[in-house]
Amino acid sequence: MIALLARDLKLSVRAGGGALIGVLFFMTVVAVIPFGVGPDLNLLARIGPAILWIGALLASLLGLDRLFQAEREDGSLDLILMQETPLVLTVFVKCVAHWITTGLPLVIASPLLGLFMNMDEVAIGATTLTLLAGTPAITFIGAAGAGIAVALPRGGLLVSILVLPLAIPVLIFGVSAVYAAIQEPAPFLPPFLILVALNLFFAVIGPVAAAAALRLSSD
Amino acid sequence: MSEPSLAIRKFSDLANPTRFLALVATVWPWLAGLTLCLFAVGLYLSFTTTGDYQQGETVRIMYVHVPAAWLSMMCYTVMALSALGTLVWRHPLADVSAKAAAPIGAGFTLVALITGSLWGKPMWGTWWVWDARLTSVFVLFLMYLGLIALNRAMDDPTRAAKVSAVLILVGFVNIPIIKFSVEWWNTLHQPASVVRMGGPTIDPEFLWPLLVMAIAFSMLFFTLHILAMRNEILRRRIAVLRRHAARSAGDAA
Repeated sequence: MIALLARDLKLSVRAGGGALIGVLFFMTVVAVIPFGVGPDLNLLARIGPAILWIGALLASLLGLDRLFQAEREDGSLDLILMQETPLVLTVFVKCVAHWITTGLPLVIASPLLGLFMNMDEVAIGATTLTLLAGTPAITFIGAAGAGIAVALPRGGLLVSILVLPLAIPVLIFGVSAVYAAIQEPAPFLPPFLILVALNLFFAVIGPVAAAAALRLSSD
Repeated sequence: MSEPSLAIRKFSDLANPTRFLALVATVWPWLAGLTLCLFAVGLYLSFTTTGDYQQGETVRIMYVHVPAAWLSMMCYTVMALSALGTLVWRHPLADVSAKAAAPIGAGFTLVALITGSLWGKPMWGTWWVWDARLTSVFVLFLMYLGLIALNRAMDDPTRAAKVSAVLILVGFVNIPIIKFSVEWWNTLHQPASVVRMGGPTIDPEFLWPLLVMAIAFSMLFFTLHILAMRNEILRRRIAVLRRHAARSAGDAA
């Protein structure tokens, strides 16, 4: 399992561009927003956390269809399917590797983009923390979509459409936790704990569904 | 070896599409007739009850809106059961059932959304609010469309069915969210007033037309569903026949 994790990490770092494209997309989306809503710093500070969350969500969806596609193309997916280790566990490890290479850079980049959005320190801290807790959930539920995409002749866009509705709860509680941290009376902990719970929930059903989809589509 | 019970045997008898088609041929005129009668009674009742003292005539929208919303959830439940049938029991008609139900469910969801919007304008003063109940039903609509798109994206119907069955089951988490959204969050949409602990809070005058309309909508769903399943079976047979014809034409050439 460790070997698989290391292999996936190495592949995505050395294959060039794969991991950083997501961050680049994230920055581009966030940079485009001020052109759309105007450079009003107060407004940007108010909607900043929501923009960072939406940008991160879209950026994490971007790379998802590649999660199993490369293995499918060079045939190593069949070897993974024939292994003795449970497929669910393998999928889980692949999700973790995928998150480290695509989700974690987003989390690291978010404080910088928060500065661009004129957010104060508390808001930046809360956004980074909620992204850290929330992006794994998107990866896990996205793995189910990626498993389905393997069977499709042309996956890509369809995966995003299928996964996005399922990721909405993550977005809701992530953003509401950030706003709870900024605005005084609302408590930060309840939405944040629900976000963490969603993360654990998706960490269970995502790999199980992805494993089922991979088995069914391999025929 | 113990004999399987009669109900199970009947159910697996239907695994033969020809038997299923024969059953559909005898059942569907009755179902359609029952649907028409129920709709006649239901619509008559809906239009003859007095309006609400606060909402006036617009309360009649409820007799379409509420059954459509119930059916949109029931249809997804039927699809989830069919998905289980595909993955667990490998029932050959389960995937036909799931595929046939998706467009019908999308239709009911759309009706619920549109009538709700028409009702919301005079009552709440807005066509749409991003309220938990409305949003979750909208997500349900998007999932129906996504499932239809997924089914169409693949050429092989059995593989498409298995893969969409996985997605249907994952998406089923949305159904409890829709049902309890009005209780978990403080929403503009009113809480459940018919199916709740401690009996309905709705006045019997409104309850009866609503129940008749709900049964009528359910019958309409079953009629459309078995007819759509019949069409899907016939469509697959035609596809097979075409493939045979093409192959024999290729051999002859």
